[in-house]
Amino acid sequence: MGFFSGFKVPIKQMGKKQRVTTPYPKEKAPQAIRRHGRHVLNRYEDGMEKCIGCELCAGVCPARCIYVRGADNPIDDPVSPGERFGFIYEINYLRCIHCDLCVEACPTEAITETKQFEFSFTSRLDAIYTKNELLVDDEGRPQHLPWEDWRPGEDEHTSAWMRATSPSGSAEFEGLVAWSGELGYGIRAPELGQSADESMLDANPVVGQTGIAAHRPAPVRSRPETEDGGH
Amino acid sequence: MGGDPLLIGPVDLSVFLIVVGKVLIAFVLLLILTMLMIWFERKLVSGMHNRIGPSLAGPFGILQSLADGIKFFFKEDIIPDRAQRAVFILAPFLSFVPAFLLFLIVPLGGNFNGNVNGIITVFGHDTYLQVADPPIGILFALAMSSIAVYGVMLAGWSSGSKYPLLGSVRASAQMVSYEAAMGLAVVAVVLKSGTLSTHGIAEFQSGAGFAGIVPNWNVILTGVVPFVIFVIASTAELNRPPFDLVEAEQELVGGFNTEYSSIRFALFFLAEFMNVITMSAIFVTLFLGGPSGPAFLGTSLGWLTGIIWFALKTSVFLFMFVWIRAALPRLRYDQLMDLGWKVLIPLALGWLLLLGAIDVGRDANWNPVAVVVISVAVLLGGYGLLRAAIAGGRSRRLQEVDG
Repeated sequence: MGFFSGFKVPIKQMGKKQRVTTPYPKEKAPQAIRRHGRHVLNRYEDGMEKCIGCELCAGVCPARCIYVRGADNPIDDPVSPGERFGFIYEINYLRCIHCDLCVEACPTEAITETKQFEFSFTSRLDAIYTKNELLVDDEGRPQHLPWEDWRPGEDEHTSAWMRATSPSGSAEFEGLVAWSGELGYGIRAPELGQSADESMLDANPVVGQTGIAAHRPAPVRSRPETEDGGH
Repeated sequence: MGGDPLLIGPVDLSVFLIVVGKVLIAFVLLLILTMLMIWFERKLVSGMHNRIGPSLAGPFGILQSLADGIKFFFKEDIIPDRAQRAVFILAPFLSFVPAFLLFLIVPLGGNFNGNVNGIITVFGHDTYLQVADPPIGILFALAMSSIAVYGVMLAGWSSGSKYPLLGSVRASAQMVSYEAAMGLAVVAVVLKSGTLSTHGIAEFQSGAGFAGIVPNWNVILTGVVPFVIFVIASTAELNRPPFDLVEAEQELVGGFNTEYSSIRFALFFLAEFMNVITMSAIFVTLFLGGPSGPAFLGTSLGWLTGIIWFALKTSVFLFMFVWIRAALPRLRYDQLMDLGWKVLIPLALGWLLLLGAIDVGRDANWNPVAVVVISVAVLLGGYGLLRAAIAGGRSRRLQEVDG
């Protein structure tokens, strides 16, 4: 029966419960914790905007999809803690390739990416997100715009990619907090790095029913002496 | 269709209405069955692939084909600039109409047991549960499947594009070569049944067979070989996997229908699945006794019994087609041609001769054992000659390449 044994394979598969396919609109496959989605502009814990209008993101963007204009902060009602703030901030999502170079370039962690990828437009102008739409709301969560498909709990991980990379690419700083607090969340814990012990490695770092549990915050260590001495 | 008993006597309005009614029922039935078949295939093959398959339109996605059909209607209908307009428009119909006509000669039901002869009475008129019963019967089926080749060939040629042309050249070569094997398998059935009419063939196979349990079906009467040949050849004729070189997506963009869009493409698609259903129905009619069930189970439901048995037997073949699609990889083109010309046709021809020899021997009161032994010896000799010819041809070709 060697020749015909191939016929048994599909028959055996019939009626089996285990499926690779996800019935997408009904349920979503787990997303990677560092997935690059649409951006948000973060705010400090006191509600101040992080963006300082330096245009480094616009400069580094390979798709030239970011348009930033900075302006001096009004003295009586400052928008951001420093001297300047992002006066205009626009991202054209018809051009954005979600490479996250803007996130890496940002000196104040103002721009990070959410997991949101389910948004569509009927006009090219709608594809340009303005600062009003990109800025997080008063609880520090990305705005749920009417044309975007958000599921419960999906708006939590807005800055995972930034928190996964060690500052200056130095492995010494892995697992160390080197970023400012976020509105609504405070100082977020670093993602477990590559030197996490073996027992932690088997957990899939994904967002989903099991994913959030797998993304356990690591204990926050104090900064090493070398960094303090360096400054 | 002079064979229909309806049209022998004087034709009045009720006769006319019965004919129109039968045509309408057959047409609508076939369209609905085709849509269900498309859903059935997608659902089943997805189960075999461990996927989910259509699940959104209607319960279990059963309305998926309907949704696809509506979508096709609203798609832009593109006729390429370099296409031969008239032929390009005609070709889908050349594919679709024969697929439908093929269904008309299939006896769908009726009680063949006893002396009823599959006749039912509608408004005082005797008729069969089949739209037409032409005296040429099964030849009509072969003719229609040959005409379907024109649909494929002309579609590819008139598109004015090279990939459809390649696809259609493959398709017509494949369909023409397998038609020969198919025809020879049909001849074996005709030889046993002694009639060309599909109704006659179904009638011949009804009734209790050997010992009242083994059915009197052609699949047994002709030996299983013609049946297997017919199934393989018609799978190739239908361009179904594993013989779907016509639409080999990996090599040919989309096959002969690459340039077609909108409802014209849908016609090809529909014709293909329609052919699957009709061909399964023809398997059942030719080899598996058509509407007749096992005689010992009785026919308490009258003519409905026939329809139920027929539907059951046909769906076994529909399942088989899907199963084969999920299980087998596509053949290479040379393997396809080798299988057709060097295996199926010689085998079908040899088996036909064997059946003929046994029949003649029985009529002439020869010793049946001797007849079989001598025939098999002759066939084996023929097989040896064929092998030698193929081997000789190959070695000569190799020498030419070397020299």
